[in-house]
Amino acid sequence: MRTRWQVPVMAIGVMLVAAACGSSGGSSSGGGGGSSSGAQAQPPTATMKPQTSIGQGEGKLNVIAWEGYTQPLWVKPFEQQTGCKVNAKYAGSSDQMVALMKNGGGGQYDLVSASGDASLRLIYGGDVKPVNVNLIPDWKNFFPQLQSPPHNTINGIHYGISLQWGPNTLMYNTKDFPTAPTSWSVIYDSKYSGKITVPDNPIQIADAALYLSKTQTNLGITDPYELTQAQFNAAINLLKQQRPLIKKYWGLASQEISMFKNGDAIIGASWPYQESVLRSAGAPIASTIPSQGATGWADTWMLATKAPDPNCAYLWLKYISTPKAQAQQATWYGETPANTLACPIMNQIDKGSCALYHANAPASYFDTIKFWKTPIATCDNGQNDCVPYSEWQQAWTTEVTG
Amino acid sequence: MAVGTVDRVPPRRAGARVSGTFWRHPWARATALLTPPLAWFVLIYLASLCVLLITAFWQINSFTTNIVRIWNLANFQQIFENAAYREIILRTVAMAAGVTIVDGILAFPFAYFMARVASDRSRTALFVAVLLPLWASYLARVYAWLLIFTHDGVLNWFLAKLGLGSANLIYTNVAVFVVFCYIWLPFMVIPVYAALERIPSSYLEASGDLGARGWRTFRSVILPLALPGLAAGSIFTFSLTLGDFITPILIGGAGSNLIGNVIESNVGVANNVPFAAAFAMVPIAIMAIYLFIAKRLGAFEAL
Repeated sequence: MRTRWQVPVMAIGVMLVAAACGSSGGSSSGGGGGSSSGAQAQPPTATMKPQTSIGQGEGKLNVIAWEGYTQPLWVKPFEQQTGCKVNAKYAGSSDQMVALMKNGGGGQYDLVSASGDASLRLIYGGDVKPVNVNLIPDWKNFFPQLQSPPHNTINGIHYGISLQWGPNTLMYNTKDFPTAPTSWSVIYDSKYSGKITVPDNPIQIADAALYLSKTQTNLGITDPYELTQAQFNAAINLLKQQRPLIKKYWGLASQEISMFKNGDAIIGASWPYQESVLRSAGAPIASTIPSQGATGWADTWMLATKAPDPNCAYLWLKYISTPKAQAQQATWYGETPANTLACPIMNQIDKGSCALYHANAPASYFDTIKFWKTPIATCDNGQNDCVPYSEWQQAWTTEVTG
Repeated sequence: MAVGTVDRVPPRRAGARVSGTFWRHPWARATALLTPPLAWFVLIYLASLCVLLITAFWQINSFTTNIVRIWNLANFQQIFENAAYREIILRTVAMAAGVTIVDGILAFPFAYFMARVASDRSRTALFVAVLLPLWASYLARVYAWLLIFTHDGVLNWFLAKLGLGSANLIYTNVAVFVVFCYIWLPFMVIPVYAALERIPSSYLEASGDLGARGWRTFRSVILPLALPGLAAGSIFTFSLTLGDFITPILIGGAGSNLIGNVIESNVGVANNVPFAAAFAMVPIAIMAIYLFIAKRLGAFEAL
């Protein structure tokens, strides 16, 4: 009944208002957005010359960051040294970071701590511009894999400075799990129905794909971010079966923290940050990387194309790359710093934390973590049949969480 | 009146001259009075609605999420063809209708007591009781329910004391429903009160004199006269529920997304403003139909 009249009524209403709006507002130029781009294409801001020196600070710095990335512990000394007052806007997901950077045409924010699944979208969207790594002395001390990683460096041009990285862990309540679960299967297990929580984030499809790549080898998944339609459908099916078991898809880290604290969830996918906060509050919480491995993130501070405070931004990039600031953030958040010199300082702050967070890890460790990257239609094998991120997003909101 | 007296009137001040002009030219008075609110309405409200509508016919580049200004109906097509979006729309309308009905049932006896039974003093006290929660922040009230419904919350503590086990209500649609009913109740009580208060006592006496008992009087006299008030209140409860997205985020779980959440996540998360604009047309259309029906029921006489 509803659809029979709703469609015509809406169509008429839409036409009437559109007509009333007149043509004045509707002059369109046609090609607003950049055409879809493969990884080799030149980003729109590639020819912008980065500044060659850092001038006087502007007195303020507006950043979009992950929750917990601008703690007073390391932000206060920076503000005192440089006079740049840091204003942070926390984002709950990479998609939200991209959206915030584009809102109002950009220009409100200077920097964004984008993860690998957002960075390419920002680069090809023209929202961030090249950064002069010569102005960041500590860049030379970074892990080689993080100096020019493919998620922030295109054709040798750097669109940001690597920050920290880490795995997406399986967090659990030690009262319910006296021994650590060894498989991601627990978050798909009806035994824990109504006690499971996972992030409300389309990139979570990759976690399902990673699990399937080890448990259903006949699907032939080699890279959880490059899925053919059949592989993608299998991952979505798994997530659909998981949905009735989910207590809540968490949007902000603080939501997951309160769920674990109140006992509404006992197991779930998490970042080390939540575990760190919960443990310091005395909650019986631990986390592990199951046998299937884990997805991971690698964050980059990226400079907005229309950054109103470029000098403060460079001062921040310089400061946050120093071993001490890196070590402070790493131990506080429970992640791995990009700067190799941070290791001894981490141990000073928290004995053994360098090894715990793999800050001295060999290159092989990097290979066990599947780092977030934006899924695009072109797979690494040159085929053009991979499911692009827009479809991940749509499937996530309509088929999984809807 | 002597003709010469006109000459002896002292020269009028500018203000008086202006008011004189407006008195002689009613159209000028109307224009002067209406221009500021009309300009506000047209520029701020209608213009932004127009912009929203235009955007609904655009697309985004799926990779960079930049807006592509090519006219088409793909967004609308997606809304009507995708079963998940249809389900969300139906869920939202059902939620809004359910909240409206429950609030109507809860508000009616309360408003009746306030309007016709309570003394002047207790009426004032009841008014304060109804309106006081509106002074507290919306978020504070929703979080209060989070503390009630959560696993270790007040409700489960109370049930455990009674030996009734525990209710797992948090992050469910039931919890969202209860919170909506609580939050929007004052918006139903006040219009119903206003309608009931206007019923002359003589009508009820006349009904009694003609032999009608309580139920008959209620059905044939009170309810028809209170209907415009119920309809007016329902406009508030229905439209407020239809547009809300915060309670589902905080209290709802998997499968609690309402129309507002789809719009919010498309604007704030996916950066698909064109699709959000297209989806925003859905509640506008639903409300237009609802207001049309409410007008037929005389809702606007009780505002």
